[in-house]
Amino acid sequence: MKKENVFSRLIHNQIFIPIAALLILTLFNLIADPSFFKISMGYNSTGDPVLSGYLITILDYGSELAILAIGMTLVTAASGGQDISVGATIAVAGSAMLRVLCGTNSRPDELQAPIIVAFLVGCLAAMLCGAFNGVLVAYFKIQPMIATLILFTAGRSIAAWINNNELPVINDVGFTYFGGFIPGIPIPTPFFIAVICMIIIALVLKFTTLGLYTQSVGINESSSRLNGLNPAFIKFLTFVILGVCVAVAALIKVSRISSINYSVIAKDIEMDAILAVALGGNSLSGGKFNMAASILGAYVIQFLTTTLYKLNVQSDALSAYKAVVVIILVVLSAPSVREKLSSLGKKLKPQSKEVA
Amino acid sequence: MAAEKKAAGTVKLGTRFKNMSDTNLLLTITIVVFFLMYIGAMIFQGGGFLKPQTFFNILNANAALIITSCGLSLVMITGSIDISVGGVVALVSMCCAVYLDYMGGNVFVSLLIALGIGLAFGLIQGFLIAYLDIQPFIVTLAGMFFARGMTTIVHTNPFNVENEAFVALKNTRVNVPGMGSVNKLGNYVPAYVEIGVVVALIIVIILFVVLRWTKLGRSFYAVGGNKQSALMLGINVKRTKFLSHLICGILAGIGGYVYFLHVGSGAASHASGMEMNAIASSIIGGTMLTGGVGNIIGTFFGVLSLSTIQNIVSSAGLDQAWWTGITIAAMLCLFLVIQSVVMARKKKA
Repeated sequence: MKKENVFSRLIHNQIFIPIAALLILTLFNLIADPSFFKISMGYNSTGDPVLSGYLITILDYGSELAILAIGMTLVTAASGGQDISVGATIAVAGSAMLRVLCGTNSRPDELQAPIIVAFLVGCLAAMLCGAFNGVLVAYFKIQPMIATLILFTAGRSIAAWINNNELPVINDVGFTYFGGFIPGIPIPTPFFIAVICMIIIALVLKFTTLGLYTQSVGINESSSRLNGLNPAFIKFLTFVILGVCVAVAALIKVSRISSINYSVIAKDIEMDAILAVALGGNSLSGGKFNMAASILGAYVIQFLTTTLYKLNVQSDALSAYKAVVVIILVVLSAPSVREKLSSLGKKLKPQSKEVA
Repeated sequence: MAAEKKAAGTVKLGTRFKNMSDTNLLLTITIVVFFLMYIGAMIFQGGGFLKPQTFFNILNANAALIITSCGLSLVMITGSIDISVGGVVALVSMCCAVYLDYMGGNVFVSLLIALGIGLAFGLIQGFLIAYLDIQPFIVTLAGMFFARGMTTIVHTNPFNVENEAFVALKNTRVNVPGMGSVNKLGNYVPAYVEIGVVVALIIVIILFVVLRWTKLGRSFYAVGGNKQSALMLGINVKRTKFLSHLICGILAGIGGYVYFLHVGSGAASHASGMEMNAIASSIIGGTMLTGGVGNIIGTFFGVLSLSTIQNIVSSAGLDQAWWTGITIAAMLCLFLVIQSVVMARKKKA
């Protein structure tokens, strides 16, 4: 009996969904081509030892997604909607960073400002965007997806406008560390940045009431107001926090190429971030959330993307496959489907006891 | 009722404004804004805006947007949303282009293909949203990405369609009597619209009539306004929602074909951002996101306002691509805030 309890508890645990997805993908890759899991040690252009392989790619690119998933989970939990402007906001924040680093010249020989200042300015820009979305959602009571549609439409244009539509290029080795490798450490830096973000959010959730408050606002706004919370402010706050996450992701994105392409940078990343939240088993209509599951979900999404790339799927066609995955996921997690599945499961229960 | 109406006519404009239904109030704002903008453009920019053909060109270029926006408005009135329309338009034009050019198909069958794609999207999305109760935004976001991805899978590179029957249809012009102008050589050039505009106008009229005077049309408003009370009135809420998505899908298919007729080519980048323009047009046209409020005529004017401002921006010399994005977003933002403020004041009153 006890064994079955453990098993059913595992199944009903939220984090089971991304783990199961991860297992399925791993199994698929093992059968299709085991070389997927090969990790080799190589040297990059500056002669430093770096690890390479598909798994490292997942760790690398999944990290920026994980950072976004942190903010997106909070926004989803509090407002019951998602922010679809994250990709455009990354462009804005990245553009602001480059503007500060380059000064008036678009191709400076050396940095015109310390990187930390540029990061803070980028942070400010992203937080302003978040605050704009937050005000529309929290105080004007506009649906989150529509409110963020405004920046989704205008964000990339604003990003181009910040730099006068020029393409700034940074010529500094130090700046490439954030999206690449720090000399001597063979693991990509984005992973460490993501770990720092995870530690911070874990501490915040453990030692402050942020998690409790966002969940209660998401579950029932009016009753949380009657309990003395300020739902509008909490919603606003989650959007600003997402802004910070976006700025961190933007730093990584810009650092990867030491430049920016306004129309391509972080394209469709909002889809991946929302997908990560959904894959983490979080309800997309708000309420309870599980941060660890979301973060794991982000890495699973990147796993899926990398697997598809390995199967020679074109990057433009990628979205079609992901859309199918989303549909399967949301159908499986739909309440009416779940009910049917669980009633089916009850019928099968006597058999499963024998198995256990 | 009659006495009430009479009384309303005599009281001050302010109270009349207050007594207006939400739909009419937002519709009035839209129409006033459109005329102010167009007249402003005529006065301050003159030139092209004084010619009737400029107006008809706006219609020609936006016939597809009008059709898809109408479908979207219907969905939004029912309290749902569909952001897959742009993707469907791209997929339809690509599939039709490949069919006509590479497979030598005929025009009539290509029209059926367009309708079929729209119908398929409407059916699947409608089923998932209405009967499985999945968030419409997620379903149609997936639909949008699926359509965009499929477009690339069907064919990667952009190309022009050279099918003769199709080109003949594409170049068919419907002259508008009495609106022509005399060109520099002294010849009379009649003003014209493309076939797509005629289709769009017919659809606008049909939808307007359906929404205003039929049982089905009223049930869309009822479901969007309050699901619970619609259910108690004996309306089949799920079926109504399903139907709204189905119609929106079909209209996206027709819109796709009209778009295809206008551009005459297939490309994966076609209609990019069209879903955003369609949502913006509906909102500017006075359709409320919360459902239950909206008007097809408003949507029509919403599209016109949006494209007029685009024209103004580009003819003012600010033709850098980013200005269009920013102005549309600013306009969307403005109207969203107007809606929110109007509703808040109504609630208080």
